[in-house]
Amino acid sequence: MDKFYHSVRLDEELCKGCINCIKRCPTQAIRVRGGKAQINSKFCIDCGECIRVCSHHAKKATYDRLDVMKQHRYTVALPAPALYSQFNNLDDVNIVLNALLLMGFDDVFEVSAAAELVSEATREYLTSHEEQLPLISTACPSVVRLIRVRFPNLISHLLPLNPPVEVAAAMAAERAMKQTGLPREDIGICFISPCPSKVTYAKAPLGTEKSQIDHVLAIKDVYPQLLSHMKAVGEDALELSTSGKIGISWGRSGGEAGGLFTESYLAADGIENVIRVLEDLEDQKFTNLRFVELNACNGGCVGGVLTVENPYVAEVKLKRLRKYMPVARSHMDEEENAESFVPWTTGVQYEPVFSLGENMMESFARLNQVERLCRKFPGLDCGSCGAPTCKTLAEDIVRGQASENDCVYYLRENLHRLSEEVAVLADDLHAGGSGGQDTLRILKEYIQRISSEMSLLDNKDEESEENG
Amino acid sequence: MNDAIVLKYPISPDDFTRAGEASSDVKGKLKQLGVSPEAVRKVAIAMYEGEINMVIHAKGGEITVEITPERILMILADVGPGIPDVEKAMQAGYSTAPDEVRSLGFGAGMGLPNMKKYTDDMRIETELGVGTTITMEVRLG
Repeated sequence: MDKFYHSVRLDEELCKGCINCIKRCPTQAIRVRGGKAQINSKFCIDCGECIRVCSHHAKKATYDRLDVMKQHRYTVALPAPALYSQFNNLDDVNIVLNALLLMGFDDVFEVSAAAELVSEATREYLTSHEEQLPLISTACPSVVRLIRVRFPNLISHLLPLNPPVEVAAAMAAERAMKQTGLPREDIGICFISPCPSKVTYAKAPLGTEKSQIDHVLAIKDVYPQLLSHMKAVGEDALELSTSGKIGISWGRSGGEAGGLFTESYLAADGIENVIRVLEDLEDQKFTNLRFVELNACNGGCVGGVLTVENPYVAEVKLKRLRKYMPVARSHMDEEENAESFVPWTTGVQYEPVFSLGENMMESFARLNQVERLCRKFPGLDCGSCGAPTCKTLAEDIVRGQASENDCVYYLRENLHRLSEEVAVLADDLHAGGSGGQDTLRILKEYIQRISSEMSLLDNKDEESEENG
Repeated sequence: MNDAIVLKYPISPDDFTRAGEASSDVKGKLKQLGVSPEAVRKVAIAMYEGEINMVIHAKGGEITVEITPERILMILADVGPGIPDVEKAMQAGYSTAPDEVRSLGFGAGMGLPNMKKYTDDMRIETELGVGTTITMEVRLG
């Protein structure tokens, strides 16, 4: 699988070529070219921020349709803890789990149950790897991808344990094979996800060679179906849940860290905040931290773009739900083979995608050129050129992906200068200065240049009108 | 042959919210250059320490960063009180930072020692009542 696989994509039909997404992308991965947004697959970390800000709904997440369930003889639903936070007045997660069975799944395996095992394994890892502190959570795939391309110094601090969803998938698959005697390919492991980032993880995971998640469904697709089935479950819901407070809490920011029984942790959520924390971590501005939990979405997983409820309301609902739960219900020593599913089996490699050139010397020359270009541009970061800032335009130019004339201000200034020079030449001619024929020839050249630059500007206008 | 890349950052006094902007900018550029992660880390840490020092002790100043493929040179020049006893200031834990600075979590007396630790060469020129210029160098492999 492509190591830069992406689940966040553009719908060209709907894209108007406005600058909302280029301005908000935290890795500056989007450009508007030819009136349409383009996502640079090397810079993008599938955080879903552009899906949130696009008022034309031109950014979409790829995930599976509900009918993928029919592709398998036996299907297992893996509900994310964030799923439980979507419903009003829910007191018992068993209602949701039973409703999933009524919806057509043959079995359920809670991600929150696997999360309790990961919490346990993390506690152990923390005590036995003092030299790696602070350890950084690897549960949010967008955060791991961000570190992979932008924070090489922090790769060694990544917690080398699989995210709960992967552990749940591996355990669910094994349980299904054992119970049914079916081969692995007849079993469909379906994760009910709050975000597209998990789709990316399932297709191109980091830390493990191949994910055991077969399909990723969106909470927002499953939600309406579940609502009707939940009514049918009624009072006597079968006891299916195997998780407690610790597992359920993973659905919100601070939940993962809370399950580690240490006070020296930091939990940040929202991709911009995450970047600030990573910058500071890289500069070693924090001392005595043992664990850093980072979630790309505001509020944690409850803030994912595939959820339906406001993340902060969802958080309140999650709190209410966990109130009467036992601390934890799943434990390592009770789960067969759990030990083998939790640790990473591969490492994460630094991908220096932001390098300006192929090698140091080329990058060097190009950075010098970027500095020079930045002094030339107006510094307004208007976005008219299709790049989010003047600096990114300069970087695109030295990479050969844009030109100075993409800047309307640069173009306009050029026109001004040319027309002034024409005026001087015309005055000269009028005053009967020397070299009449030569001056006339130069004058013609200048006028030609002006009209060609004018047509460049016109093209820009047409472009924006077409898409306006 | 490439010219050295020269970057200049004015540092304003008493503004902790902006301290770190310069080192963060340099860090971004070094990553674009493909400088080794280890060198990026050393520069970021040393320069941030220096920036904070200029904010705490001096009436502002200017940081000049010169990058060539061989080395990164950071020149931190401030207009400040000067350092009365450089040897003492270089001792780990020795601090003259005022209480209000310490209450912000700075002033642990590790500034200069850390700057030395994370760079390959460091020189201090200081004159009482005039200012201090610290030149640090991180060599690239």
